[in-house]
Amino acid sequence: MRDTPLSNCEKHFLLKAIQEKKRLDGRQTYDYRSIKITFGTDYGCCIVELGKTRVLSQVSCELVPPKDSRPTEGIMFFNVELSPMASPAFEPNRQSELLVTLNRQLERCLRNSKCIDTESLCVISGEKVWQIRVDVHVLNHDGSLLDAASIAAISALSHFRRPDVSAQGQDVTVYSPEERDPIPLSIYHMPICVSFAFFLQGSYLLVDPCEREERVMDGLLVIAMNKHREICSIQSSGGIMLLKDQVLRCSKIASVKVSEITELITKALGNDKKVRKEGGKFGFAESMPKVRITTLKRDEAPVEMTDVNETANEILNGTETSTEPYLYLKTHWGHCQF
Amino acid sequence: MAGLELLSDQGYRLDGRKASELRKVQARMSVFAQADGSAYLEQGNTKALAVVYGPHETRGSRSKSLHDRAVINCQYSMATFSTAERKRRPHGDRKSSEMSLHLKQTFEAAVLTQLYPRSQIDIYVKILQADGGNYSACVNAATLALVDAGIPMRDYVCACTAGFVEDTPLADLCHVEESGGGTSLSLALLPRSGNIALLQMDARLHQDHLDTLMEAAMTASKGLSKVLDSVVSQHLKEVSVLTRD
Repeated sequence: MRDTPLSNCEKHFLLKAIQEKKRLDGRQTYDYRSIKITFGTDYGCCIVELGKTRVLSQVSCELVPPKDSRPTEGIMFFNVELSPMASPAFEPNRQSELLVTLNRQLERCLRNSKCIDTESLCVISGEKVWQIRVDVHVLNHDGSLLDAASIAAISALSHFRRPDVSAQGQDVTVYSPEERDPIPLSIYHMPICVSFAFFLQGSYLLVDPCEREERVMDGLLVIAMNKHREICSIQSSGGIMLLKDQVLRCSKIASVKVSEITELITKALGNDKKVRKEGGKFGFAESMPKVRITTLKRDEAPVEMTDVNETANEILNGTETSTEPYLYLKTHWGHCQF
Repeated sequence: MAGLELLSDQGYRLDGRKASELRKVQARMSVFAQADGSAYLEQGNTKALAVVYGPHETRGSRSKSLHDRAVINCQYSMATFSTAERKRRPHGDRKSSEMSLHLKQTFEAAVLTQLYPRSQIDIYVKILQADGGNYSACVNAATLALVDAGIPMRDYVCACTAGFVEDTPLADLCHVEESGGGTSLSLALLPRSGNIALLQMDARLHQDHLDTLMEAAMTASKGLSKVLDSVVSQHLKEVSVLTRD
């Protein structure tokens, strides 16, 4: 199904608002939407909500023969899927540009930056290694898919536990979780992608664009960093012209945002660990709030109210108090019999 | 690989170059008679061939054409013999699709597409030998091909890679330096205005080093633009001599 095209007046409205440094949902130019990270009952399952964008990621593992060029290293495989429930524009089994971009960018962010120790995934060198597969499904598209996907992927990888193995010669025994506790993956650092959207030939930039803002943007700059202020990957897309100091400024903003988000992830992981240890209930079902009719739960939307009174008075005073039509109507209706 | 030092104590790299030295660039334009524009470029051992068709009517679905500008269609492929191991899927895999997208974005920014509404410009690039800097060689070859086809552009688009070893930026990486796991930054630049059309970086780099790395890549690209300019003027001299009576 084709996406409904954006109307010209909506486009002009968005661009005008951005020129006045206002965003649709009331955020500041460098603000992220609220991020919520929840883990499922199995290890390695994570849902991330970035505003209304929702992404689910699941990590699984399998014993496979290694690649010929790297016999002592495990294999990491990433797969991002755009589910048709996320947006009417997504069709199943269609290799769209967005899908290729998301997949490649996530691969580069997580694999090339060597955030996971792949040597520790080797069981028998040259014969059996662990293949860690990360599947990311986009459940709702409201902009910044890459940010949400990277947070989901790295949270799921940090949460995941692989089964314990022992190798005697050529025999490999895989222990089930009841026999031996599963082992977490060794993660060196957490790379997080931060998206910057450029508007009006690069004169305005926004962090974490929502879906409407993404439609009117000129291009996107994605910087993946970790909390140690190391840049893991930079990718500019969309045919925008950048200047060197713009990129440097974005990298400074990104380092601030990444440290905030990493703190959030570690806190969420810590909470989940605590709940599991205490034997409390955990998983997705527990994390969804019970919204009853009696408790009207609604998110607060920030609205700028500073000059409401003046604007209202201006509008009211501006309109002419025309009594003519009213009199005309009165006389006209006067003819009718009630 | 352990023991393979990318920068020796005397400041020489694996192939004998200094840290900021570019590889030898040789290029030829109008290598094909059939296409509207074509170019062959060698950057060290990396060999790229670019062919441009256009501007012509939008082929295929009408819906793809834009009412106010031309559509640029790029296809990137690597010859099966281009890498050390025979490439099983020359095009259609994710890396090639990503490269094609990047090339498309780079040239959409540089070509004056407003002059050709409702038409299409095709750019096909093939890598004959891959020795690092594939994307840069493609961009440089495609720039020459577009100049050969007579399509108006804002400026030359020059691309170069840069890496970082022991606090020294290296310009124009070869395959061994790229795959060693160190940082590699690809940059496509419009030299006169200093605008960056595409920026891509892999592997970890501390934020403080980003400035020096970008500066090195931009200087290398500007140097490359001079080489491309000399190739174009040489080609024009040859062509005008031939067409003169």
